[in-house]
Amino acid sequence: MNFVIKILKDFPAYLWSGWGSIASIFLFIALWDMGNQIYGDLVLPSPLETFQTLWLMLQDKEIIGEINTTLYRASVGFGVSLALGSILGLIAGFFVTASMMSRPIVTILVGMPPIAWIVLAMIWFGMGDETVIFTVIVASFPIIFVGALQGTRTLDGDLKEMAVSFKLPWHMKFLDVYFPHIFSYLFPACVSGLGMAWKIVVMAELLATSDGIGATLGVARSQLDTPTALALVVIMIGSLMFVEYIILEPIKREVELWRS
Amino acid sequence: MEKLEVKKLNHSFGFTEILRDINFKLTKGEVLSIVGPSGGGKTTLLHLCADLLDVEEGSVTNTFASSAFAFQDARLLPWKNVIDNISLGLLANGCKKAEAIKKSQEIAIKFGLEESDFEKFPKDLSGGMRQRVSFARALVVKPSLLFLDEPFSALDIGLKKELQAILIEMISKKEISILFITHDLMEAIRLSDEILLLKADPGHIVKKFSYSLAQNERDDKYVYGESAKILQDEEIIDTFELELK
Ligand SMILES: Nc1ncnc2c1ncn2[C@@H]1O[C@H](COP(=O)(O)OP(=O)(O)OP(=O)(O)O)[C@@H](O)[C@H]1O
Ligand SMILES: [Mg+2]
Repeated sequence: MNFVIKILKDFPAYLWSGWGSIASIFLFIALWDMGNQIYGDLVLPSPLETFQTLWLMLQDKEIIGEINTTLYRASVGFGVSLALGSILGLIAGFFVTASMMSRPIVTILVGMPPIAWIVLAMIWFGMGDETVIFTVIVASFPIIFVGALQGTRTLDGDLKEMAVSFKLPWHMKFLDVYFPHIFSYLFPACVSGLGMAWKIVVMAELLATSDGIGATLGVARSQLDTPTALALVVIMIGSLMFVEYIILEPIKREVELWRS
Repeated sequence: MEKLEVKKLNHSFGFTEILRDINFKLTKGEVLSIVGPSGGGKTTLLHLCADLLDVEEGSVTNTFASSAFAFQDARLLPWKNVIDNISLGLLANGCKKAEAIKKSQEIAIKFGLEESDFEKFPKDLSGGMRQRVSFARALVVKPSLLFLDEPFSALDIGLKKELQAILIEMISKKEISILFITHDLMEAIRLSDEILLLKADPGHIVKKFSYSLAQNERDDKYVYGESAKILQDEEIIDTFELELK
């Protein structure tokens, strides 16, 4: 509880430190506008037009519905990856054999291009939620799995010995000695896993479904509706930035104060 | 009677023999020091006694009711502040959180830490402060047997004396038994009932020195006198390869 209060207390200072990033976003928008002036509205609509389209879209119930569909798929997929990845990663980390056996499987999962998974999933599950969720899981699971695995493999033997010498009961061993270390690996893995899930969900939707942000993007492409396509991209990037910089980063700062 | 008894203890890491035929006995209220050259196997011996390493040959019998360990490297939890690190052992023994924190704060002050240090993480402490936190963590649980692996090596003379005084007070009250490792012969003479000299390659005990005067009656003169005597000893000269000039 104290912890949450501390995060909230330090939040304004953190926001204030964000002026640099905001400046760079504005610089990016300026470049975008320059691109619009050079290449014209059809190829690259101006930022103003894009944000106007975005504003209209956000008032459209149908679009909100599509966004919710995508959110649902991404959250289910990411949630399953998170649960499976951390549990299996922990288990694999604690047993040497398991960690050796899991390595080639992880290599296969990471090495296989997501597009191949989408094709396979379309054959297995047809066009729909399952295909998208499945693809999200295969793409973000290995990232989280590897994070949990490495966190567990790199536990400090000296600290374990210390825990034994003070006869820490198992729950203290886990919470006070193992968990903080594992978490420092798992947390960044979750952040990249989440980013991956969000990217893959749109791609899978574009290819395998008729609803969601991805499918809407597909429709915009076929109608050469560049402003809508760009507005959708802004939604995707904006939401990812919001989650990463406004929610996750302040937590990370607080949690990792002890790091040198 | 609580005791720690080591009999015919041998130990090897792989094919390197580290310890050979170690025998000694530590009874309740006694302080036993082990001195010897660096790399001689002192830490290994202490870990074997504290059941942190598996005994391969020979036997270690420990009947002390409780024990605590202060490691050569402090081994603090990097994600816990000073007070939370000190209270770790107390909490493990089932002590209530509020009480554990109070006891930890008291002992931290006693060990020369400031109130402004309490919230600091180990990365923001000096080497000597880390050692004091580690030593406090071991002592706060009031163990019946204390394993000390060079706990004062990073402290200045003043702090060293203060902490030694705390130990001497506990020793005089027969509250604690200590198995103590040090490089510092004077420190060993000040604190011990018995000193074992461990010679390297492989580690074996070559000589014992006993001191019967009570620890709280040993003044500087006594310690200097005994140190001068022990430095004349053939085995000591040989073990530490001291040049006589
Ligand atoms: N886990 C290990 N595996 C292999 N060899 C080890 C291991 N631990 C210690 N040794 C070796 O055992 C020998 C004795 O080490 P130890 O740490 O017991 O010495 P020490 O007497 O405590 O030295 P110091 O006074 O410098 O602390 C050293 O040669 C060291 O290299
Ligand atoms: Mg040592």
